[in-house]
Amino acid sequence: MDLFEYQARDLFAKHGVPVLAGEVIDTPEAAREATERLGGKSVVKAQVKVGGRGKAGGVKLAATPDEAVARATDILGMDIKGHTVHKVMIAELSPEIEAEYYVSYLLDRTNRTFLAMASVQGGMDIEEVAEKTPEALAKVPVNANDGVTIEKAREIVAQAKFPAEVAEGVAEVLVTLWDTFVAEDALLVEVNPLVKTKDGRILALDGKVSLDENADFRQPEHEALEDKAAANPLEAAAKAKGLNYVKLDGEVGIIGNGAGLVMSTLDVVAYAGENHGGVKPANFLDIGGGASAEVMANGLEIILGDADVKSVFVNVFGGITACDEVANGIVQALELLASKGEEVTKPLVVRLDGNNAELGRKILSDANHPLVQRVDTMDGAADKAAELAAAK
Amino acid sequence: MAIFLNKDSKVIVQGMTGATGMKHTKLMLGDGTNIVGGVNPRKAGTVVDFDGTEVPVFGTVAEAMKETGANVSVLFVPPAFAKAAVVEAIDAEIPLAVVITEGIAVHDSAAFYAYAVAQGNKTRLIGPNCPGLITPGQSNAGIIPGDITKPGRIGLVSKSGTLTYQMMYELRDIGFSSAVGIGGDPVIGTTHIDALAAFEADPDTDLIVMIGEIGGDAEERAADYIKANVTKPVVGYVAGFTAPEGKTMGHAGAIVSGSSGTAQAKKEALEAAGVKVGKTPTETAKLARAILAG
Repeated sequence: MDLFEYQARDLFAKHGVPVLAGEVIDTPEAAREATERLGGKSVVKAQVKVGGRGKAGGVKLAATPDEAVARATDILGMDIKGHTVHKVMIAELSPEIEAEYYVSYLLDRTNRTFLAMASVQGGMDIEEVAEKTPEALAKVPVNANDGVTIEKAREIVAQAKFPAEVAEGVAEVLVTLWDTFVAEDALLVEVNPLVKTKDGRILALDGKVSLDENADFRQPEHEALEDKAAANPLEAAAKAKGLNYVKLDGEVGIIGNGAGLVMSTLDVVAYAGENHGGVKPANFLDIGGGASAEVMANGLEIILGDADVKSVFVNVFGGITACDEVANGIVQALELLASKGEEVTKPLVVRLDGNNAELGRKILSDANHPLVQRVDTMDGAADKAAELAAAK
Repeated sequence: MAIFLNKDSKVIVQGMTGATGMKHTKLMLGDGTNIVGGVNPRKAGTVVDFDGTEVPVFGTVAEAMKETGANVSVLFVPPAFAKAAVVEAIDAEIPLAVVITEGIAVHDSAAFYAYAVAQGNKTRLIGPNCPGLITPGQSNAGIIPGDITKPGRIGLVSKSGTLTYQMMYELRDIGFSSAVGIGGDPVIGTTHIDALAAFEADPDTDLIVMIGEIGGDAEERAADYIKANVTKPVVGYVAGFTAPEGKTMGHAGAIVSGSSGTAQAKKEALEAAGVKVGKTPTETAKLARAILAG
């Protein structure tokens, strides 16, 4: 889960990373009081989870509380690269800046370790630095069990060739940033820019944090950081039902078991769609191992509720789960939806293979539901589902 | 032969007495796995009866190994306790620990992987978030259905459980030496490369099927490895061509970040290494079949 800048700022502050004062607001009028609390001047910063907001006009100085209201009025509702601004941060004006740096911690999947990255060329897109001047970006592996002590932080600072007069200050920030990374179960903590001010302070002016949702069980405070308003309504409804669902932009609704098989199903449907007017998968939905009637009904309900969906492809390989249970699940799910008064009008193509497939297929044949068609191979079923979607 | 697991493997189950552990221990026993014990400190000294097979419960992995000579542990421990359980297995120096658990925090998996390395890699980790591995006809350590296929000469390594089952099913008439599900998390123990090396060295394997998916660069690195080290034919499949950027597709590690981790890049890397890559699981099975038919 990626956080907004103000949320990152709050987490940094909580763990001792030096930041400027700031508060988030969502109405122009609130900018006045917030700016007054900062002594009458502020920076109004759009809160969007995308880079380049400064260039897009989403960061403005306000010399008075009235000006802050005017700037907030301009920025709230603005569209930045497809992201609508719903919140702005009213931040303390930075003291005069002498230098801008970059520091971050992240997971290095390739080497299966954590990685510290640091550069004295901060303030710009770090991928650009990595590409154009790779020697200016130090990458130092950090062992998860050793962490970043002040000694390790000095090693990172030395490798990134920070000037002597800021070395110790940056090293201290690196230790607090590591504390943030570990304590919050983050996948990424990034400060860009980390600045040296004319009055000699080291400050984190802007930052990015991404959190590991697998750690939610020990991070009860993280739920409140979720941007529920921005979530796709179908994705939100699926999440509330504990379903693993991602909305896509096609017409063929997909239900399957197992992440890999569902990803594969999306691909196979997209290939089949090339022969049927370019129809594409409408979603990713993994109902997991034990596809009970209830889970199947929940999944079907979400997918049938998607106005973009024109046909549905249920692709199940019975591993531990038996296909007869899955078939019963589909039949019961359709009955359940009918009993709720939800009229099902979209055709379903079902492919069952693996454990007890024959029995499962027989159950579907016997039920003889007018909207359900059985196709017994994955590629054939994908083709049929694409054809039905294209015909609608 | 086969890889990592055979009829002589003595298997213990950490988390055996939980609902998932009980269900799968019973299934593993049914597949002929020699399960010599379970581990649960609160139930040490008790015995669990699985349809007539009595399996003793030990307090620790070390004790279970001392009493039974166990050399494989399968873990069904919930995410919150998984790190401690894996560390215990590493401390006991069990040669193979298969971590089935899904949903382990990355800070935990990075920590236990680093710990295994620091202890000299005496324990091979498979997973987490994996279906385990099976050597058909000999032993099953995990949740791969034992009745899909029979012993044969294809080796399979996959990030995905259900695609493993699908591929075993497609090629069920030919059979498999071993099938290894390495898991879909960002940090895993055994990699594609480890399994490729083992299959290359295994006299019972004639052809290797490698299944990958979006995220990370494990497939690209495996392609480099194949080019330099693998003489046996390799057939590949990659899932996730239609996955949008920045969205996690079911597996915690299955995410395209910017331009990295795409299925297309993985497919191209594998093909450049001489691997035949199928567009669908069925087509991939056909490619394998054609190669084996000579």
